Amino acid sequence: MDRRKSLKSMVLGTVAGGLALHGCKPGEGQTEEVVQKAEVFYGRTPEEKELNAELHEIQFFNAHEMATLAVLCDLILPKSDEFKSATDAQVPDFIEFMAKDLPEMQTDLRGGLMWLDHESNSRFQMEFKSLGQEQQHKILDEVAYYDPEVPEEERPASINFFSLVRNLTLTGFYTSKIGIEELGYKGNMPNVWDGVPEDVLKQHGMAYEEEWLAKCVDQSKRNIVAEWDENGNLIS
Amino acid sequence: MQIIENSKVYDAIIVGSGAGGGMATKILADAGLNVAVVEAGPFFDPADPKQQTQLKWPWESPRRGAATVRPFGDFDAAYGGWEIEGEPYTHKDGTKFDWFRSHMLGGRTNHWGRISLRFGPTDFKHKDVDGYGDNWPIGYEDIKPYYDKVDKLIGVFGTNEGLPNDPDGFFLPPPKPRLHELYYIKGARKSNIPVYPSRMSMLTKRINNERGVCFYCGQCSRACQVYADFSAGTCLIFPAQKSRGQVDLFVNCVVREVTTDKEGRATGVSYINKEDRKEYKLKGKVVVLGASACSSARILMNSKSAQHPNGLGNSSDHVGKYLHDSTGGGRVGFVPDLMNRKVSYNEDGVGGMHVYSPWWGDNSKLDFPRGYHIEIWGGMGMPNYGFGFNVNEFNKFFGTKVGGYGDVLRSDVKKYYGAIVGMSGRGESIARKDNYCEIDPTTVDQWGIPVLRFHYKWSDLERNQARHMQHTFEEIIHNMGGTPLGEAPGKDEDYGLLAPGRIIHEVGTTRMGDDPKTSVTNKFQQLHDVDNVFIVDAGPFVSQADKNCTWTILALSWRASDYIVDQLKKQNL
Repeated sequence: MDRRKSLKSMVLGTVAGGLALHGCKPGEGQTEEVVQKAEVFYGRTPEEKELNAELHEIQFFNAHEMATLAVLCDLILPKSDEFKSATDAQVPDFIEFMAKDLPEMQTDLRGGLMWLDHESNSRFQMEFKSLGQEQQHKILDEVAYYDPEVPEEERPASINFFSLVRNLTLTGFYTSKIGIEELGYKGNMPNVWDGVPEDVLKQHGMAYEEEWLAKCVDQSKRNIVAEWDENGNLIS
Repeated sequence: MQIIENSKVYDAIIVGSGAGGGMATKILADAGLNVAVVEAGPFFDPADPKQQTQLKWPWESPRRGAATVRPFGDFDAAYGGWEIEGEPYTHKDGTKFDWFRSHMLGGRTNHWGRISLRFGPTDFKHKDVDGYGDNWPIGYEDIKPYYDKVDKLIGVFGTNEGLPNDPDGFFLPPPKPRLHELYYIKGARKSNIPVYPSRMSMLTKRINNERGVCFYCGQCSRACQVYADFSAGTCLIFPAQKSRGQVDLFVNCVVREVTTDKEGRATGVSYINKEDRKEYKLKGKVVVLGASACSSARILMNSKSAQHPNGLGNSSDHVGKYLHDSTGGGRVGFVPDLMNRKVSYNEDGVGGMHVYSPWWGDNSKLDFPRGYHIEIWGGMGMPNYGFGFNVNEFNKFFGTKVGGYGDVLRSDVKKYYGAIVGMSGRGESIARKDNYCEIDPTTVDQWGIPVLRFHYKWSDLERNQARHMQHTFEEIIHNMGGTPLGEAPGKDEDYGLLAPGRIIHEVGTTRMGDDPKTSVTNKFQQLHDVDNVFIVDAGPFVSQADKNCTWTILALSWRASDYIVDQLKKQNL
């Protein structure tokens, strides 16, 4: 896989940078735990396990970038009495992983974070993460909205950067345990489907046709072994 | 390096363990034969916790199910993909063909859509109707008894509707439609497009005590741990291992060629064991190829000898020719009536659609000769990588601002959750001699085996059909009160017609026929040139109907296997 090669060369570049800044590989302690869990839980082939472990070993964003990302993610999905925040759901760590898994996002993310600090420094003489919320909002208000009629590749880089972080934050949050609970998704567990509930049908002005329902499975007989007459009519 | 020979002589060597190879294994082993199954990938059992992806949560994958590693996402059951490291394929004359391979016990049946449609009477004799392509040497009456047996052995839900070209069968009862499917039914009927319960091989009702019953997690693409969906490993190979015959599984073994004797008859296969990278030979009285249409053609073309200078079974020069895939197109619509849904219930259902539309049109009045069926998707599915992207883009339909940050995004997520409905058209293309795969003499894979080179072009018949799909989908979306998303793909984009190979229904490389000059196998899928070699994958298909090919692979493999047992009994092989 070419990707693997490019990952390796990327690692060299990144870790060297990380070392220069911090003198050690950040986040090393947590890696093992995550990899072990993955090994037990989600059906990886040996090669896939190796790839995931390799990605976990690398640190892409430096400490300042991670801190800025955390601030940004929590501006997108903030903590309140009612809701949990993006960082509660470890969204920055997810974005860190995705930046290594999809390296084509790296320049946009890293460059975008630099732009954010540049903008912040020019306007408020302070890095973005240290600004007060009102000032942060001032910066975001100018990049947070986009015109969907303008093709994405023609939108300003700052707007596209924020869209990318918003997308990753939302996906990271709503694929986490916290986010799925907030969303209220009820599936991914054994159950017996027996149609749309009556109140939901009513809400949408829909109804099942008797003729159609008559063809459908009688869930009380699902464990009775199927038998047919010679014409293919189910008789059990 | 010496080739290591196994002294045992098998009654049959089966190459590949997917639908075709799996069914041959079951039937031959049930008849008491000693069979070797040679599979290029590893052993796979979805009941093994180490291999399970079913019922995992998105956060268990660090990429949340993104398709970076597995092309259909991190939780998809197929090992392999469009590109496999060290196993390339090439193209000719700038044409395009995408080839999906899954190397594992059960092959692509571990993740497939389980849409299980019989071909109808017209599908076997379509040349008689419109003059295109060729008729099959068999008709529906030849295959019907086998479809019946496959229905009962494997289990498929659906309904007997008495349709002329979508035959009745022995169905389990279907599940009730989901909410978005009720919208589809209304929308399609408004355009006089009929809708029926779908026909899919999940057990909505028990068929035996070996397999479980569907528990509606909607994740058949992840392979079912209670074997409630059809996969060749769980439903054919495992039962075969408990039958009268003996089944020896050779996994991680890539077949290089079929070996032959001085008379040109097959003596077995040679294969490379991926673990020690050495070449081995197995001996068998009969060789059954079920490696997939293109892989079996490749094995034949690579099996050159003094008796078969053009490759095995290729005196007609037809091996690899008439390769064809289903056509595919799709569209997605935003349906405002499906906004602000109650999330009070679990609507995962089976892994795929509960309703579908078989082809309804009259091609004599259209500018394309063959039809397509419509598959439907939508609903409040489990979030995965990509969920929440462009979260409130639909605000544009209401004239409100798009983008933003803060808690408003949370309400946008919920407002639009489950509000889109997708339609996919899967149609029949015309089989053509100049769409083919052949051996690329300049390239070998990492096992030293010459690779395939593809040459494939769609014609205007397929493009016209794709245009019709787009018109149909837009109309249905409007009928549902919805708005089609994005621009309709125009002529410059072949009206959204996907690249050949993309639907993963490739068939026809070793087509069957009565004339050895224009076909590779006879109507029992036996090579015209060599009587002890059979092909049980989709290679022998003369034409692909507007159906999915798996149910027909299974029925034909059973039929060919019955013939093999009969011929062995009569000592004709």
